[in-house]
Amino acid sequence: MPASSPPLAGSLAANPVLARWLDFSRDGEVTIRSGKVEFGQGIWTALAQVAAEELQVALARVRVAPVSTSTSPDEGFTAGSRSVQDSGSALRQACALARDLLLAAAAARLEVSPAALTMTDGQIRTAAGPTGLSYWSLDAAGILDRPAGAPVPARPPGEWSVAGRSAPRLDIPDKVTGRPRFLHDLVLPDMAYGRVVRPPAVAAELSELPDPGLSREAVLVRDGSFLGVVAPTDRAALRAARQVARAARWRVTQSLPDPRDLRGFLLAAPSETLTVLDRPAGDAAGLVTRTLTAEFTRPFLAHASMAPSCAIARWDGGSVTVWSHSQGIFALRGAIAAGLGLEVGQVTVHHVEGAGAYGHNGADDVAMDAVLLARAAGGRAVRVLWTREDEMCWAPLGSAMLARLSAGLDAGGRIVTWRQDVWSNGFIGRPGSGGEPRLLPLAHLAGGRPMSPAPDGPPTGAMGSTRNAVPGYDIPGMHVTRHRLLDMPVRTSSLRSLGAHLNVFAIESFMDELAAAAGADPVEFRLAHLTDPRARQVLTEAARMAGWDTRGRRDGTGYGAGVARYKGDAGYCAAVAEVEADTDIRVRRLWLAVDVGRVINPDGVINQVEGGAVQSASWTLREQVRFDRDRITSAAWDSYPILRFTEVPEVMVRIVDTSGEAETGAGELAQGPVAGAIGNAVADAVGVRVRDLPLTREQVARAIEEN
Amino acid sequence: MDEDEFRLTVNGAERSVTCEPDTPLLDVLRHDLGLAGPRFGCGMGLCGACFVLIEGRARSSCDLPVSAAGGPIITVEGLPASGRLHPVQQAFIDEQAAQCGYCTSGMVITAVALLRDHPSPTEQEVREALDGNLCRCGAHGRIVRAVLKAAGQDTAGQSR
Repeated sequence: MPASSPPLAGSLAANPVLARWLDFSRDGEVTIRSGKVEFGQGIWTALAQVAAEELQVALARVRVAPVSTSTSPDEGFTAGSRSVQDSGSALRQACALARDLLLAAAAARLEVSPAALTMTDGQIRTAAGPTGLSYWSLDAAGILDRPAGAPVPARPPGEWSVAGRSAPRLDIPDKVTGRPRFLHDLVLPDMAYGRVVRPPAVAAELSELPDPGLSREAVLVRDGSFLGVVAPTDRAALRAARQVARAARWRVTQSLPDPRDLRGFLLAAPSETLTVLDRPAGDAAGLVTRTLTAEFTRPFLAHASMAPSCAIARWDGGSVTVWSHSQGIFALRGAIAAGLGLEVGQVTVHHVEGAGAYGHNGADDVAMDAVLLARAAGGRAVRVLWTREDEMCWAPLGSAMLARLSAGLDAGGRIVTWRQDVWSNGFIGRPGSGGEPRLLPLAHLAGGRPMSPAPDGPPTGAMGSTRNAVPGYDIPGMHVTRHRLLDMPVRTSSLRSLGAHLNVFAIESFMDELAAAAGADPVEFRLAHLTDPRARQVLTEAARMAGWDTRGRRDGTGYGAGVARYKGDAGYCAAVAEVEADTDIRVRRLWLAVDVGRVINPDGVINQVEGGAVQSASWTLREQVRFDRDRITSAAWDSYPILRFTEVPEVMVRIVDTSGEAETGAGELAQGPVAGAIGNAVADAVGVRVRDLPLTREQVARAIEEN
Repeated sequence: MDEDEFRLTVNGAERSVTCEPDTPLLDVLRHDLGLAGPRFGCGMGLCGACFVLIEGRARSSCDLPVSAAGGPIITVEGLPASGRLHPVQQAFIDEQAAQCGYCTSGMVITAVALLRDHPSPTEQEVREALDGNLCRCGAHGRIVRAVLKAAGQDTAGQSR
């Protein structure tokens, strides 16, 4: 492509052939293909809206094809709230190009100028009326089998009729009627059922396996410390797995840190220290009259998806086909191939929807389990379902973190210097990260090596544990440092918003502490350090929604605010929390204002922000992975409680209209600001700052005692 | 292990299955009877994804032995009548009351049981009824609105 051509949008650059993105092979339908997968975030509905808009067809004509390594564009992981940017922009351009190419073909056939033609729901018309030509009567397959050329203008948002409006999600009717839709519902012909038997501790070796006395129908699979069974029914597989678990003898090594001293673990473990940002305050440093310092921590957090992970695998000679709810089927394909010494072409992965996913959960690991167990099943498909305990104890976790902040105020109460040091295990432990397959069962196979500590991506304020560790405020001197742990006793990887949850909790808590030191109102203090107009707008709007200026003063009730631009370069979110603290800490209401630029599906954005806010409230108030020196012990919902219907706050969300700005994702915006707002509201309610998550009654009592 | 024959009434039809008496009802519904609505979430009756109606009451099917499942059983598949969705199902669609939807069928079952006994619940009563159903995506507010809507109540004040 000539250097002068404008760049192709989003994932179109890596997948330029138009036919990869859409086809008209079904009469009256448009099939679009994205590499981004649906897991309840509603992305397919938004992508269908984008396609319908550019192609000028009714939304009901657009069908989103299942995502597969054999047919879909490779768009990497469905992660980082990037799907609308990556896939939406690519589809928009691909569909606009397709529309123009097909109109041009029609014009040539009719011997008229393309400008004389219009498109109505796929039918091509002239001023005189229908031409008899449509998307479906032209040789679309031939015409679209070409790389995307120079971009053509997309339809201006002011003229949108499908995009930009709330559209009902395409998947919800199936879900209220119980139609099979999830991978867990998929039954392939002649399918067998497998179960794995995990070790009793994180570090354990199988020392002996006396005959477990399995029935003849069950097959035992043993390779090193990897144990599993395959049987004709799931019941039989589960029974056999229990027999194997009872019989197996293990050598256990205590490998986990002291659960009562996470701070000590985070600070004492060997770490790699990298500078994220070093901007000296220069002469201004001399203005500092007061310096405040504080430390903030969070424990390990679990994905705790509603469904245990599931996968199906089937071998055909030397090739294997996998059905998975992974967020990254292309990386999973590569990791499976690397783990078994296969060519990538010998592995096919089809995505099938699973329950809600909030990052790198057990989906990839169970896919490898299924691949290994299916080797013992001839050519039969084998379906493997994890137990709830497997899901809570063996899926990767979001890392425990510690952020140490210090800031210098001048005599007028303005922040002059800011220092932030973040200690954490890495967040980028997905399959293939750092060149390793990073699939759990591979570490248990004979000769398998333990997984290396998770990478954390480049040291920036957009990535890994230091995501949002660079405050968005106007502060002359800033120094931000990342300390990535080089021991990984507890396996960590990507969990929604990565480090942004703790970093924004810490920054926004600390801003309130600084505001108090400066004798300023918390919202006013923020606005005094915030010149970005979009950040100011969401904060002002959230404060207005909550009635910040007229908020009441009642014993045991508190209000707090938080604001952040996600990753420092994506969507904006501000939150105000109302908290009641008596026998327990309860968040009553949350008001959120968000700016995600141009919006494809407003109700989809609101749904994502509401959900993010509730999940962040749950993390912030309740959640912590529990463990002893051997193993994770929070194995079920009673030992890993999440917020329930009587405990969740009422959530009010408003989208600030900035339709002239580029679209950004919405799924992770709320995690940090909501945590900050709740932390500040708790401090407002009880009069003491609680810096260690979760903000349980016990933690609050401890903070009051230490105060 | 000994298998027995069990006769069940599921969604109005008489069904017969042969299995061990301690087989969880959920397993029978999903694997023997091919129903996908009740879902496996935890196996301990702690999350609500597997809820079904038994004699009109919502209860977990993952920890209920098939031998103890007396009385007619209704799953979400059995709720529509005369080709129309149950009002609770329709309200979930109208309110877009889901994200991933894995827990949705259990929520719908709980709501149907609640409205049968309390046709006009308060919001607090709806929340209390749903307290045994977990949602990890954070769709709680929409789900409560949907149940109130199905009860014919105003759902003003929603965030949009």
